[in-house]
Amino acid sequence: MKYMLLVYLDENALSETERQSCYRDSAKLAQDLNASGQYIDASPLELTPTATSVRLRNGKRLVTDGPFAETHEQLGGYYLINAKDLDEAIGIAARVPVARMGTIEIRPVMEISGLPES
Amino acid sequence: MNESTSQNVRKILDDIYRTESRRVLATLIRLLGDFDTAEDAMHDAFSAALDQWQRDGVPANPRAWLVSAGRFKAIDQIRRRTKFETSLEPFIEQIGNAAADEPEPDHEGIEDDRLRLIFTCCHPALRPDARVALTLREVCGLTTEEIAHAFLTTPPTLAQRIVRAKAKIRDARIPYEVPSKEDLPDRLEVVLQVIYLVFNEGYSASSGDAATRPDLSDEAIRLGRLLKELLPDPEVLGLLALMLLHESRRSARTSPAGEIILLEDQNRSLWNRELIAEGTALVERSLSSQQFGPYTLQAAIAAVHAEASAAASTDWAEIVGLYSLLLRMTPSPVVELNCAVAVAMRDGSSAGLEIIDSILARGDLVDYHLAHSARAELCRRLGRTEEARASYERALALAQQEPERRFLEKRLNKLQS
Repeated sequence: MKYMLLVYLDENALSETERQSCYRDSAKLAQDLNASGQYIDASPLELTPTATSVRLRNGKRLVTDGPFAETHEQLGGYYLINAKDLDEAIGIAARVPVARMGTIEIRPVMEISGLPES
Repeated sequence: MNESTSQNVRKILDDIYRTESRRVLATLIRLLGDFDTAEDAMHDAFSAALDQWQRDGVPANPRAWLVSAGRFKAIDQIRRRTKFETSLEPFIEQIGNAAADEPEPDHEGIEDDRLRLIFTCCHPALRPDARVALTLREVCGLTTEEIAHAFLTTPPTLAQRIVRAKAKIRDARIPYEVPSKEDLPDRLEVVLQVIYLVFNEGYSASSGDAATRPDLSDEAIRLGRLLKELLPDPEVLGLLALMLLHESRRSARTSPAGEIILLEDQNRSLWNRELIAEGTALVERSLSSQQFGPYTLQAAIAAVHAEASAAASTDWAEIVGLYSLLLRMTPSPVVELNCAVAVAMRDGSSAGLEIIDSILARGDLVDYHLAHSARAELCRRLGRTEEARASYERALALAQQEPERRFLEKRLNKLQS
């Protein structure tokens, strides 16, 4: 079963050095998951000042600056993983470096038909 | 077949339902991989038994018979539902094969299934109120109506809560497993929390007219006994001991009119000696393991109270010592408050009052009625009547539960006279 791990963190909480070290640790985790066959995809996201939100209302495109919701912690990256059940996914989420200071939200990925083969 | 055989089989089945239905369900959930399918299958199996046992007699191992019948009923159901679909055939085959391969379920296998059921219902990924509802429904076999009534909510609300929890178990794939050794301590803590919450709701209901709802306490104790049988961890023993020792005072802690009677004023001859003996033995067993935690310490405190023949002969030094240990293990203002009351008994009211005032001064427990009523009581003993009155009034303004409010009003009136 596929799970998406959404990595939330106060994006101003890290210094530049801490951020770089967090990327290195996260890449290391991705390598480990890859070695155990649990890795599908992962990446950090650029910070929320680069975010753009789009809505279509009455056929009109509303484009606004900023993330979907202003929250204390922001979506900062993701892992897409293979895990046999939620306990295994929780175990992996606990290994994400940001889990120590931020929050990892686990969402099961729905299987629908009609998607292109990756 | 005559009338008496039919009645006889019905009675035997009723007994088996009471003692075995949770075990049968726990195993069927594992075999069928789904709560709802397993529940339907179990009920189908019991109806089939009513017919077949009248004709063929009661089988040697009724539980194995019911599990096996339930499994085949489920396969029939799935076949009928998907008559024109072939996509489920591999799944049906898998259940069928599992049926053929499965040896007669032995004692250990069955007991593992019951643990799986408990850990799944108390999974931390479920909402706390859903854990409680699901545990009472699936592990204890209470009806939705009974649970709704106990928690002062409507059956549709409660049913919805259970449906959502089952959907999360299925969709997020919460496993039907006893947690791994490294996860076990954290996961067991959640199970113990659920059981203690059920007990407390029965022992001192958070709202409503009656101070207690004994049915829920009985269920919690039954759960505690079951868990002790399946997983005799020191804290499991500690929690069971704590519940038994509290339960031993039930008939002494309220008057026939439903008024609260404080520990020090209780008629100790009403305490249930059997429960005390059982609880105390469990405390000793857990303490000797050297692996005990906060439930065992709280039970040890209750055991010290239980062995005192009168409030005045309570070993307060021992109680203060146990509270200090508990505070070190789980620092919390409520534990500190309880410790302060014990210190007041050991060293005098002003020593206790000093601690309570320091808790309130840092802004902790300011909205907790028991902090103010404890403060009021110590002020009263010290002759500081005006302060006592102010604190009782504050406590009364914060108390939610009717008997507690009546108790505080009575104290306040006594002060004025």
